Amino acid sequence: MSIFEYNGSALVAMVGKNCFAIASDRRLGVQLQTIATDFQRIFKIHDKLFVGLSGLGSDAQTLYQRLVFRHKLYQLREERDMKPETFASLVSAMLYEKRFGPYFVQPVIAGLGEDDKPFICTMDSIGAKELAKDFVVAGTASESLYGACESMFKPDMDHEELFETISQALVSSIDRDCLSGWGGHVYIVTPTEVTERILKGRMD
Amino acid sequence: MECVFGMVGKGFALVVADSSAVNSILVHKSNEDKIMVLDSHKLMGASGEAGDRAQFTEYVQKNVALYQYRNGIPLTTKAAANFMRGELATALRKNPYMVNIVLAGYDQETGPSLYFIDYIATLHKVDKTAFGYGSYFALSMMDRHYHPNMTVDEALELADQCIDEIRSRLVVAPQNFVIKIVDQDGAREHSWRRTTRD
Repeated sequence: MSIFEYNGSALVAMVGKNCFAIASDRRLGVQLQTIATDFQRIFKIHDKLFVGLSGLGSDAQTLYQRLVFRHKLYQLREERDMKPETFASLVSAMLYEKRFGPYFVQPVIAGLGEDDKPFICTMDSIGAKELAKDFVVAGTASESLYGACESMFKPDMDHEELFETISQALVSSIDRDCLSGWGGHVYIVTPTEVTERILKGRMD
Repeated sequence: MECVFGMVGKGFALVVADSSAVNSILVHKSNEDKIMVLDSHKLMGASGEAGDRAQFTEYVQKNVALYQYRNGIPLTTKAAANFMRGELATALRKNPYMVNIVLAGYDQETGPSLYFIDYIATLHKVDKTAFGYGSYFALSMMDRHYHPNMTVDEALELADQCIDEIRSRLVVAPQNFVIKIVDQDGAREHSWRRTTRD
């Protein structure tokens, strides 16, 4: 089993009309054994920037702590929050620093940039950015997620329709993946508010 | 076939560990205490490579004490858990500690808490957890019988059910188990479950 599949994870982010959604599964496993069903994979960097970290849980936690540190320093120096594009470049640089001993994570970054324009991107474990206009996926269920998102996605959905779409895509994909599951965690972010919801899927 | 498991009850947390020290087919001793009392209100049950276990648990215990001496107040359980995770994570890519940890603690403000820290430095706050081959039986028993806010007696009954299951179903089951408890009054050894005497 690959080290990326050790803990099991599923992440997806989608762009809507002046909003974005980012969702993850909730399982923490050690290979085939489930340890917890309430594991947090999506983290808030600031009100309009979220990062999801799939892959090895330990490296996800380490990388998250380092990212929060860098962002707090940035806030102190620049007296403002980081733009999502900038943050994505930061993550990419930090991952490439470890090119020959990488963090075993695949980040998914989602935020509202200038003029509240939604921004999403993903990258591989050594920082190769993939900017997308519609959706990005990561984790052990990524192949299922690609298929589900491709068929369910429409451009310019409002936040309610976006929630439905991303939830259906996530749940249908993780239900077919033994290493991810135990429900879903969905964040819908608009310029004015952040809504967090828990989904119930196949609880296995 | 080491086994450590733990659970949170109403105002307390319980940690149970086997007490075998084994080398291949030989049982060196069967009264090895694998649950270290970190400070007045913290228990650290550890399983894994014997040398790493002893070294790492002592290292953490001394650093927890040092923090208290320097700062005049004890670490919270969450802080201690994050300290351990940090140490394991730093060592992971140099000289990893092959130790899995169940950390139980009681804090005045937040009550009892239990943390799962595996050898790759994955940290998670949990209500019940287990490590080792025994975890296959202990986790299933706890999934079935555990409920939040159990009394000490109920938790001990569940711990006994887990131990019985491990004894009956694990091919090389450990002979003895130690149970330690941490609550408002502190961390202390509660009892042993023996089949052999050392």
